[in-house]
Amino acid sequence: MFTELFNTYNWEQTKQSIYSKTKIEVEQALNKTSKRDLEDFKALISPAAAAYLEPMARLSQQLTQKRFGKTIQMYVPLYLSNECQNICTYCGFSFDNKLKRKTLTDAEILKEVEAIKALGYEHVLLVTGEANQTVGVPYLKNAIRLIRPHFSLISIEVQPLDQHEYEELITEGLNTVLVYQETYHKEDYKIHHPKGKKSNFNYRLETPDRLGRANIYKIGLGTLIGLEDWRTDSFFTALHLNYLEKKYWRTKYSISFPRLRPAEGIIEPKVIMNDKELVQLICAYRIFNEEIELSISTRENEIFRNNIIKLGITSMSAGSKTNPGGYAVEKESLEQFEISDERSPKEIEDVIKSNGYEAVWKDWDNVLM
Amino acid sequence: MKKLKIGDKEFNSRLFTGTGKFSSSKLMEEALLASGSELVTVALKRVDMNNNEDDILKHLYHPQFNLLPNTSGVRTAKEAVFAAQLSREALETNWLKLEIHPDPKYLLPDPIETLKAAEELSKLGFIILPYIHADPVLCKHLENAGVAAVMPLGSPIGSNSGLQTKRFLEIIIDQSNVPVIVDAGIGAPSHAAEAMEMGADAVLVNTAIAVSENPIQMAMAFKMAVEAGRMAFEAKLAKPTNYAEASSPLTSFLNS
Repeated sequence: MFTELFNTYNWEQTKQSIYSKTKIEVEQALNKTSKRDLEDFKALISPAAAAYLEPMARLSQQLTQKRFGKTIQMYVPLYLSNECQNICTYCGFSFDNKLKRKTLTDAEILKEVEAIKALGYEHVLLVTGEANQTVGVPYLKNAIRLIRPHFSLISIEVQPLDQHEYEELITEGLNTVLVYQETYHKEDYKIHHPKGKKSNFNYRLETPDRLGRANIYKIGLGTLIGLEDWRTDSFFTALHLNYLEKKYWRTKYSISFPRLRPAEGIIEPKVIMNDKELVQLICAYRIFNEEIELSISTRENEIFRNNIIKLGITSMSAGSKTNPGGYAVEKESLEQFEISDERSPKEIEDVIKSNGYEAVWKDWDNVLM
Repeated sequence: MKKLKIGDKEFNSRLFTGTGKFSSSKLMEEALLASGSELVTVALKRVDMNNNEDDILKHLYHPQFNLLPNTSGVRTAKEAVFAAQLSREALETNWLKLEIHPDPKYLLPDPIETLKAAEELSKLGFIILPYIHADPVLCKHLENAGVAAVMPLGSPIGSNSGLQTKRFLEIIIDQSNVPVIVDAGIGAPSHAAEAMEMGADAVLVNTAIAVSENPIQMAMAFKMAVEAGRMAFEAKLAKPTNYAEASSPLTSFLNS
């Protein structure tokens, strides 16, 4: 399990080694013709690399086009429930947040499906909080069964599950699981997750191992940017990725970069990552790993999203609603977080086109599972 | 130039093309038309097989294009056979580019599953073109299984690295009783010409055309390179010599 490798690292020492990277090391990483390693990644995310943003962006664009072509994949989240037994200091659905809780019924799910299909989507991401009584495995199984005939690819972003539970859902047609560690800083993790099953750091850390053992098709990794030093957290994400790619080689991986967004009743970010730093991070991931999928959501604003299309991103959401029922059933229920880019999928498709790229709506088929 | 025969079809063009990675379906169509290609491969996972208005398929309705559906995305022989049957039904062709790569990072083909699938699909009457490593022994096994051609890789897919497997391709070309199509890794027209000069029957190109600044012009460049390479092969290249003509031959005593 990854825990064993992770425990050999020390947060402060790792942080120190990133911040002490020099310009020469950045140049060496950029000019390398052989495969880049974790030390190169450290150099690319270090403060020293800030001066190399333009050459990083050029290299990132070139490598991305070589692997993925001039295409951007489109996906959309479908929030099934905002019920949650966890307290997370940064989340609008936190257990201690007083809000009207809502879990979609079968009929409501189908109504939302219809609204999303009308937007043109074929790839859907199902999202819930963690409430095992109401939205446990039987609920998810039923939801996937209902949704599967309507979409080519189904992903979930829900509570971590056991291996056999993932296996059950994969049989139903589950393709991808997103599970962000939030932060790899063990002590801070405890502060942000004081109550509920999510407070178990190691169980979450070992989730991708359980997914790999269940032979899942794709795993999405990431941290919530704003909780801790993003450079150190990103290094641990890359370490995790490297470990997983070698161990579970049949599985595909993607990375997301959620920056903490305002929501009702949540904390202010401890660390602010500016736009330049986010571009640096995206390019660093691409230069480090040419095959990794990189995803950007509607958390980011219009200008940023318009311009990031060409710099290394491979998938995007658009027109997202982060509240259960948000597309058709109950448009006004409370959101998990405020989105920054409210443009419709069609508008985003036009932006992608005007950048000389094609929006890909379908890149999977449910006959393949 | 000699026509190429695979299965029941004859091809004037020995440049086969892929349909992924283009910045629009319209540009893909124009580039493929410019390439002169008569066999274009399309990923089943990218198209809505049951929709005549599918954005990719509707740009491929030209009499000169024969569709070669591919099974990209499948991880096992079982999945490949299932996908192939659906493809045959929906797209009305029994031609199939058999691609099984359980490794999503390097997209390297699985020889064991590919051979299993080829054996089964052959019994079901498919015209199978398997994407494989440049493995001469595997090619003979596939030939026995009844494939219509073999498609060994020149280098990892999408890498534009050229014919890194050249020595093995030479053996495959030398030994094969079915057409040999060099697939994957061809990043420049010169790579394509090199493969054709070696005696490959055709090449398949996608990334190098799709991702270039000007895909239409690049498609034309590949068309010319493939023709030039083939013509050179048919005209029989003068072999380079690496030994000097000695002024006093060592074997002249045999003539006295």
